[in-house]
Formats: sequence, structure tokens, C-alpha cells
Amino acid sequence: MNGPSVADMLVVDDLRVAFPNREGGMTEAVRGVSFRLGRERLGIVGESGSGKSQTGRAILGLTAPEGRVTANRMEFDGIDLLHSSARQRRALRGGRIAMVLQDPKFSLNPVMSIGDQIVETLDAHARVSRREARDRALETLRQVQIDNPERVFDLYPHEVSGGMGQRAMIAMMLIADPDLLIADEPTSALDVTVQLQLLAILDRLVTDRGMGLVFISHDLRLVSTFCDRILVMYAGKVVEELSAGGLQDAQHPYTRGLVNCLPRLGEHRHPLPTLDRRPEWAL
Amino acid sequence: MTARPVAAGLAIDNLSVVYDEFTAVDNVSIRVEPGQSFGIVGESGSGKSTILRAVCGLAPRTAGAVSLVAPPGDRTGALPAPGSREFRRRVQMVFQDPYGSLHPRQTIDRTLAEPLAIHRMGDAETRIERALDEVGLGKGFRFRYPHQLSGGQRQRVAIARALILEPQILLLDEPTSALDASVQAEVLNLLEEMRRRHGLTFVLVSHDLAVVTHMCERLMVMQRGRRVEELSADDLALSRVSDPYTQRLMVASRGFRRGGPEAA
Ligand SMILES: Nc1ncnc2c1ncn2[C@@H]1O[C@H](COP(=O)(O)OP(=O)(O)OP(=O)(O)O)[C@@H](O)[C@H]1O
Ligand SMILES: Nc1ncnc2c1ncn2[C@@H]1O[C@H](COP(=O)(O)OP(=O)(O)OP(=O)(O)O)[C@@H](O)[C@H]1O
Ligand SMILES: [Mg+2]
Ligand SMILES: [Mg+2]
Repeated sequence: MNGPSVADMLVVDDLRVAFPNREGGMTEAVRGVSFRLGRERLGIVGESGSGKSQTGRAILGLTAPEGRVTANRMEFDGIDLLHSSARQRRALRGGRIAMVLQDPKFSLNPVMSIGDQIVETLDAHARVSRREARDRALETLRQVQIDNPERVFDLYPHEVSGGMGQRAMIAMMLIADPDLLIADEPTSALDVTVQLQLLAILDRLVTDRGMGLVFISHDLRLVSTFCDRILVMYAGKVVEELSAGGLQDAQHPYTRGLVNCLPRLGEHRHPLPTLDRRPEWAL
Repeated sequence: MTARPVAAGLAIDNLSVVYDEFTAVDNVSIRVEPGQSFGIVGESGSGKSTILRAVCGLAPRTAGAVSLVAPPGDRTGALPAPGSREFRRRVQMVFQDPYGSLHPRQTIDRTLAEPLAIHRMGDAETRIERALDEVGLGKGFRFRYPHQLSGGQRQRVAIARALILEPQILLLDEPTSALDASVQAEVLNLLEEMRRRHGLTFVLVSHDLAVVTHMCERLMVMQRGRRVEELSADDLALSRVSDPYTQRLMVASRGFRRGGPEAA
């Protein structure tokens, strides 16, 4: 399972995340996920609840307090994440590792304007004057294809559209300038043209700056055309790994079933096929 | 099932929505015939959600008119005006965000009982059970909270909440963009079945062109608050589009291309 890059910045070996269940035991949401990441784009796809976000959150140290994270190894650039202190994890999150969270409406501060939130991120990373901070924030909003940055700077989260909130999150990530980015459904609320423009930004960060990218999404078409490799998750496990563009060659019946569920331009399939889940897939 | 009134369509004439100085929707008109399904696609921030919200009275209507359309030859009488309680019952919206649109501390039962109370519709017990049943959620879900449901199950609850008032028109704002492929297929099939069974009229916002052409006969493309063009789903599927923005949308919908035009 080696990526195109020799140096692996992230090593995850047999990651497990479990949560207390109603019977008083623990239920595993992530059940032994292993992968290595170089300076490349790794996609994680899979249905809702398959453990994609929980995998990303465990790497960042953002698992809910009641959850239990175990692994044989979990290292970022030689740093043992399993045995780092909460303070070390926080320092990494604020600096070298960033995550764009799935739900912008929940991750943005509802009582602070979009611009102030970006400036706050900037303050945490560099010493700049008020004036310079504002200019940098506006510039970053422009970079994520916000049409009218001056207007959006002063808007509160409830005053921006779904896709604008997602772009605000990406703007904050750009300011943080991380070595490793875990992007959880970063573009799901965006129209396809803006989506591609943002992917092009992420693409350049990987190619030019050597950032490592874990791209979590349920958009099979997008992941398949954008990522170097794809992990397909089902019920907390990786059931298949595909290479770039390899969606059509998927072998696992689950992956093939997912692809088959998608409506296609110019085809009339009513009703759409749905997934017939097999118990043996979850073994 | 109580007898429903016949299907109703929706007409939006020269609608504008202005926030302070900013024009979110600029003089947009559409006409959806009774029982039809109409799609809206376009740029993020172009005013798609705002149009649906203005129809429901959730966004300020600065100019223009919204009205229901009776089927040809129908003489059953006056149609309710926007803002009236009856209009608000007949036109229901399913929101963009399945995580935010349900009240986190309310059981599914309360979520479904509330609109019935507001619209003084009796027989709540039966209606709630029937609505859950229709969207494929059994009675077992009735007393659960939203955080105990998956994204797809929440979206089914949102659809049940809209259907429980026996509406004629459903306004669907990105009903499946937060869902995975298999759940999306289930929800789209459910919506089509509901449309057929109840003779509903749909206005569907989505950024997925394949979803829109699957669900709708006609669609409008929007950019910066304005209508760019209106075309049939077949035109789109066969790439018979005239506007450059629509053409870009079509190319983009095929996925990412390294060194593509966006990379510049
Ligand atoms: N705090 C928690 N307590 C109990 N179970 C949890 C908790 N957080 C997550 N889970 C469970 O972990 C499983 C994996 O969730 P996760 O969020 O990783 O799914 P996902 O693949 O990201 O799905 P989606 O596509 O819907 O975002 C789910 O079954 C979820 O219910
Ligand atoms: N309450 C408000 N105050 C100020 N501006 C607003 C408000 N609500 C919406 N807007 C603006 O109206 C414009 C259109 O927003 P809308 O949510 O309709 O876009 P959309 O087409 O649905 O986009 P998306 O695809 O990203 O959901 C945006 O520029 C947004 O900032
Ligand atoms: Mg997730
Ligand atoms: Mg919207």
C-alpha cells in the first residue's frame, strides 16, 4: 500500500475507534483502518456512517471524549500521535495539521463575522497589523472565489449561502498553511464549477508545496477524477483500494453497487437501483 | 387517505430579493405547471435557496409576485394567496441541510405533531404513523431524536414533515447533496413515488446536473441572482445548451481535470 511518494508523512496502522453503546459495551465505528500517506491526494469514500469522518477526527485528536481510539501505530512526520499530550495535539492542529470539517454551519462561530473569524486564524499564525490582517483575509476570500469579499467579510454565518460557508472554512485552512490537510466533504455544498476551482487550489498545495491531503467525500465521481488513490470504506473497514480514475474497475460488489446508484446524464432509470447490502461485506 | 385538492402549479413573476444594498435575486420569473417538476441549478450564492425561501415567505420579497396555478379548466375557486395559512400548508419546503433543519432536542414525534397543530389538522396520531410509514421509517422511529438517525433517515423525516400537511407543492433545496450515493437513490426514488402518488408539483434545487435531469422535465440555470437560461432536461442531457456558463457547468460536471481551465 505505498503511495507515489517515498517519504510517508502519515502512517496509520490498525486504527480503531469505539463508542459506548446502550448495552453498556463498546461499538467500533472504525475497525482496523491502515494506510500511509505521502505528499499526495488520498481519497476516502463510502456510505454514510462507514467511519470516514471518525477516521479523520482520530488522526486530528478530535474524537468525542466518550470515544476510545487505539492503533498499532499512528504517526505524523515521525511524531507518535497516540502518545502525544493534549497540548501537543492542539499545537499540531493549530499549525501543521488542519481539518476542514464536514458541517460549516456547525464549525463556524455563529456570533462572529466571517471576516473576523479569518482574521482570528491569521492572528494565531502570524504577527500582523489590523490593516494587513484585513487585507490578507480579503485576499484569501478572493482566492476561494468569493465574488464580493468586502461584503462577505462583514456577514455572519447565517447570512451566507451553504457554499459560501464552506469556502470560508477553506479560506481559514489556507491561512493556516498546513503540511497535512484532512478535508471532510469540503465542497459538497458547492456548484460544480466552484468545486473544481477549489480542488485546483488544493491540487496546487499538494503539487507545489508538498502538502499531504486526505480528501473525504461521498462524491465518487469527484474523488475518482481528483485523487491519486482511493480507499473505499464500509462498516468501519477499508474494503477496497483503487488507483486514480479506477472507479470503473472496482471489484468489490459494494463499490460497484455505489457507482451503479448514481443517476447519469441522459439515462432514464426509474426507479434508480439501490444497494442490496450483504452481511458478508461487514465481516 | 383524505381527498386532496387537485394539483396546483407555481408561478413566480419578476421576483427580486434585496438585502440592504445587495440584490440576491434579480427579476426572476418561472412557471411550473401543475404536477410538473422544475429544476434550478447554478452558481453557489446565485440566489437559488433565496427564491424558494421567498416563495414561503422566509425571505423578503422586494418586488414581484408569487401565485399558485390551477390546472387547465379547473374552476374550483380562488387559490390561496402567498402568506396566507392555506398557502403555507399547500407549499412545503425541504431544506438544504439535513443536520440543521430538525430541532436537535425534539423527538421525531414532536417534529411531526407541530405543523399539524399549527394548521389545526386533527387525527395527529394516525397522520404521524402514516407519514413515517410512507417515507419508509417504521413506528420505531417516532420517539427518537435527530442525533440518533443517519443523514438519510433525517432527510426522510424532513420529507415526512413536509408531506404530513398534504401539500400540493414541494420546494426541495439540495435534498440529497449531503447524502451518499445509495441513500441519495433511495430518497430520489421516494420523492418520485410521492410525486406520482399525490400528484405533487416539485421545484428542486441541486448542483448535480444528473440529479436534476433525472428528476425534472425543465430547468433554469442561474448566475449572480439572474436567470441565465431555461431549458429542458433533454436539451441538457444532449448538450443542447447555448449559454457559456451552462456549457462550463456541463464540462465541470464530468469531474476534475488536472491542467483543466480552473487550474489557471
Ligand atoms: N459520539 C458518538 N457516539 C456514538 N456513536 C458515534 C459517535 N460519533 C459517531 N458515531 C458513529 O460512528 C459511525 C461512523 O460515523 P462517521 O461520522 O465516521 O461516518 P461517515 O462515514 O463520516 O458518514 P457521513 O457520510 O454521514 O458523514 C456512525 O455509525 C456514527 O453513528
Ligand atoms: N439574511 C441575509 N442577509 C444578507 N445577505 C443574504 C442573506 N441571506 C442570503 N443572502 C445572500 O444572498 C445570496 C444568495 O444566497 P442563496 O443562499 O440564495 O444562494 P444559493 O444559490 O442557494 O447558493 P448555494 O448553492 O451556495 O446554497 C448570497 O450572496 C447570500 O450572501
Ligand atoms: Mg462524515
Ligand atoms: Mg442554497
